[in-house]
Amino acid sequence: MWIKLSLTYLKRDWRAGELRLIALALIIAIASLTSVNFFTNRINLAIETQATELLAADLVVRSGEPIKQELIEQAGALGLKTALTINFHSVIVFAGKLELAEVKAVQPAYPLRGRLQISEQLFSGETASEDIPQPGKVWPDARLFQSLGLETGDRVNLGAASFDAAKVLTYEPDRGGDLFNIAPRLLMNIADLEATELIQPGSRAVYKLLVAGPGDAVVGFRALTSKYEEYEIQGIRDARPELRAALDRTKQFSGLAVLVSIALAGLAIAMSARRYAVRHFDNCAIMRCFGAQQGTIVKIYFTQLLILALACSGIGCALGYLGQEGLAALMSGIVSRPLPAPTLTPVLIGMSAGVLAVLGFAMPQILRLKNVAPLRAIRRDLIPLPLSNLSIYPAAIGCLLLLTPWQSGSLNLTFYSFIGLLITGLSAFLAARVGIHCLDRLRAKVGIAVRFGLANVVRRADLSTAQILAISLGVMTLTLLTLSRTDLLANWRDRLPEDTPNYFLINIQPDEVAAVKTFIKTRGGPMAQAYPMIRARLVTINDKAVNPDDYEDDQAKHFAKHILNLSMAETLPANNRLVEGEWWDDAGENLFSFEEEFAGALNIVTGDRLTFKIADKRVTGTVANLRGVDWDTFDVNFFVIANPGTLDDYPTTYITSLHLPPERKRLLIDLIRAYPNVTVFDVDTILGQVRNVMEQVIRAIEFVFGFTLLAGVIVLLSALQTTHDERRYESALLTTLGAGRNHVLTGLFAEFAFLGLVAGIISALAATAAQILLAEYVFKIDVTVNPWVWLITPLLCTLIIVTAGLLGTRKVLSTPPMVALKQV
Amino acid sequence: MDKTSNYIIRAENLVKQVHSPAGILTILDNISLEIKYSESLAIVGVSGSGKSTLLGILAGLDLPSSGKVILDNVELTGLDEDGRAKLRNRRVGFVFQSFQLLPGLTALENVMLPLELAGKSDADEWAREQLAEVGLADRMAHYPNQLSGGEQQRVAIARAFVGKPAILFLDEFTGNLHQKTVGQIMELLFRLNSDRGATLLLVTHDTNVATHCSRKLTMAGGRII
Ligand SMILES: Nc1ncnc2c1ncn2[C@@H]1O[C@H](COP(=O)(O)OP(=O)(O)O)[C@@H](O)[C@H]1O
Ligand SMILES: [Mg+2]
Repeated sequence: MWIKLSLTYLKRDWRAGELRLIALALIIAIASLTSVNFFTNRINLAIETQATELLAADLVVRSGEPIKQELIEQAGALGLKTALTINFHSVIVFAGKLELAEVKAVQPAYPLRGRLQISEQLFSGETASEDIPQPGKVWPDARLFQSLGLETGDRVNLGAASFDAAKVLTYEPDRGGDLFNIAPRLLMNIADLEATELIQPGSRAVYKLLVAGPGDAVVGFRALTSKYEEYEIQGIRDARPELRAALDRTKQFSGLAVLVSIALAGLAIAMSARRYAVRHFDNCAIMRCFGAQQGTIVKIYFTQLLILALACSGIGCALGYLGQEGLAALMSGIVSRPLPAPTLTPVLIGMSAGVLAVLGFAMPQILRLKNVAPLRAIRRDLIPLPLSNLSIYPAAIGCLLLLTPWQSGSLNLTFYSFIGLLITGLSAFLAARVGIHCLDRLRAKVGIAVRFGLANVVRRADLSTAQILAISLGVMTLTLLTLSRTDLLANWRDRLPEDTPNYFLINIQPDEVAAVKTFIKTRGGPMAQAYPMIRARLVTINDKAVNPDDYEDDQAKHFAKHILNLSMAETLPANNRLVEGEWWDDAGENLFSFEEEFAGALNIVTGDRLTFKIADKRVTGTVANLRGVDWDTFDVNFFVIANPGTLDDYPTTYITSLHLPPERKRLLIDLIRAYPNVTVFDVDTILGQVRNVMEQVIRAIEFVFGFTLLAGVIVLLSALQTTHDERRYESALLTTLGAGRNHVLTGLFAEFAFLGLVAGIISALAATAAQILLAEYVFKIDVTVNPWVWLITPLLCTLIIVTAGLLGTRKVLSTPPMVALKQV
Repeated sequence: MDKTSNYIIRAENLVKQVHSPAGILTILDNISLEIKYSESLAIVGVSGSGKSTLLGILAGLDLPSSGKVILDNVELTGLDEDGRAKLRNRRVGFVFQSFQLLPGLTALENVMLPLELAGKSDADEWAREQLAEVGLADRMAHYPNQLSGGEQQRVAIARAFVGKPAILFLDEFTGNLHQKTVGQIMELLFRLNSDRGATLLLVTHDTNVATHCSRKLTMAGGRII
């Protein structure tokens, strides 16, 4: 029975426009939630796919022994593609010169994911290659070409065989690790391996089996392989750190924007629901008179809301899906292939969030309806429970708390958002109270028309407070979002200016530094500072030997095992932040500065005594401080920096970077001719890729931002709607009593202006505070506080509220008072 | 309790007091009355004399500060709110001054409401019949704001009668009508009731209306005089 009644009511209220704002707010919130969720979902899939490129496979089985044939057959039986690779160190000989290289022998199917890139000549155009070197041919990388002075077509010796150096290898997808730390690469065909006679039983080599194929087959194969003790499995790892940082921040910002739109939509829903409830008091009274029990009333309205919630969430999800398609199109360049299809989880989340939002924000209001006294049918002035207008906030906050874990993906963000909302809420409440109180004093000093408007604010003190609160929260979050967006964008543009270095020069000998500088300068090239670089291995921490097996974390194992690049500096490098301890001045003892994450991975704290082994000597010193480093810039950065003097007596080379436009690339060839020991690293490709991502991230952010703006507008509309009915009645009354149109208008103007101004001031202050907190603790970026915000926000807020308010009440003035009075 | 009581309503020593800024305000001052089945009783009195308050208490819309009300052999004052709602649904009908039709429901839907709340399955049929009886057979699908005041009040009367109540409470139900319409509505009311035999309790400040009734009580200052 009540279901039918609920449907009838729903239809009717829809026709009457009562539910439009609730529905609109809900649709917008759910659409933004779903589109961002769909999108992150797909981006995550894409990142995983891209990460598989970094493995050149979906899964890699690694061993110090040859991979057993049975395992390869099992992979084949599961329908997986396979490729074997063998890595070993060996000396390459050309024209009497020797160079140690990391040789990689591969099967023709390699790489299973991603592609090799090659070029015909050193520093000439790259092309993607579908093949691997033919038997009899090898592809040395640019560094080998440089150090051996090779030209393509030269014959190089490797073990017992000689090969044709056919192409320059410029990119292999699974070349991980520290760019500056690994030996140069030579790629060869596995079929030629025997002829070199280099791999004998007991030779040190790393054998890898690369597999790729359908997800469940990969999972099955992983399970199967884990039974073998001797195999190490490498799964999907993260994408490039610099991209990850950007994507993480986008996710955070989107999370924030979605949170904000849900909060805003929630506010809008709550405020519209309040108005809706008030307008339904009479209905409920009549229904009660005719014997509806309280439970029936609740059921009727609950069902009605539930249907509304489901319908709107459904529409929201559909819009979200479309929106997400738009987002995906905007960001399609991040991944080379089309984004994988999204999963349906966002729909589930969207639907439940919609229902939850309606229940959390609207139900408290609707529950009031059950308390309508039937007596109201004969005594209109009976209003159920003077439920405070502020009581919607606890329910709303509870509801938000339930919704956020899905959304922000970051505890910090959730935490600061709540603190922000809470503080804004409280200060808005206080400021509104104080404002209203002062207003009461002011009243005697103004004209009759203004006095009427201000008197309204005072008389409806509770409602006015609620309105100011809603408007402030709305405007505050919008201001905050605008500020954060500006901060983020400025930050990203700062990070990769036009002249970001796209080449690194390493291995510059100390006595060459000045000459290389002049060489580049005379040819018109800019050169950044040159940093000393000392290759060292960490051997003890507090006199305890460093053993990779002591660390759980893969990264830590890697750090403990490999040679590190140390540097020396007198001052804290630009773009580094001191996070713990003090920078040195003239210490007279050996001091080290560690990058914080690196230190964290190895459990190193300030005050620890460390020993590094450099060539065959040892140097011991104390950790003086920890530094934060922005890895997503293209500056030269070091995990470990020593104070001047500490490493003076150890073999040192220099590293520098420079920016060269494509047409000046020739300079590099001349440079390595003149200084054969200098090696050039080309990061131009990576740089282009990162730039591309940034641009798309920026567009994605603008897109999400748009959704939130819409939600904000809805809040403002519903905040104004709350008093619409009362105002209409009062204005009609005033007109009946002979007040002129201008008189009424001035009163309304005064009222709206006050609301807008107070809310605007609160918003500006709160937004600035939140902006600083977010930048500092969540986005970890520099913040620029713009004092104009304190002027512009209140002015804009007042302007908007007055305009929207007057537009909304325009109808009041054109309605004959008789009609208006009767309709209420 | 005497099941075969002749009285549909017995009220004993009803007192209604409210707290106001000026202290305790006594709205009903020790009122006792009895109403027989099928009687039609008018309660008259000037505005503010406590008529509506009394009606609300007798109908179980409100509780007295003290005293008791027995409606159709059930002690109303001993029931909880939902219990009173149930009783209202089965035994009581209302017509109010401002008609109080639900604005978004059609005339037919408005009349169906009490039946639907009672969970009756043939609500539609009954409601149509009832509306035809009040002469609105061709206005069933109209919304209240498409009907004149007199027509709205006829819908309200149809709604009051449709649940076959034992007693009908009417609070100033002619208050918003033209004098001419009042006559028609009063006539309709009594004609409908002639074959139903429901008890009618009219509250009005219009002594004209009262003359239609079989008995008349006058209130002043919260007492029956
Ligand atoms: N809940 C209440 N609080 C304060 N005053 C009330 C309340 N209910 C009724 N009154 C007052 O009691 C008096 C009687 O009201 P009412 O029963 O509505 O009179 P009538 O229907 O005869 O005009 C009026 O003066 C009214 O203002
Ligand atoms: Mg009255």
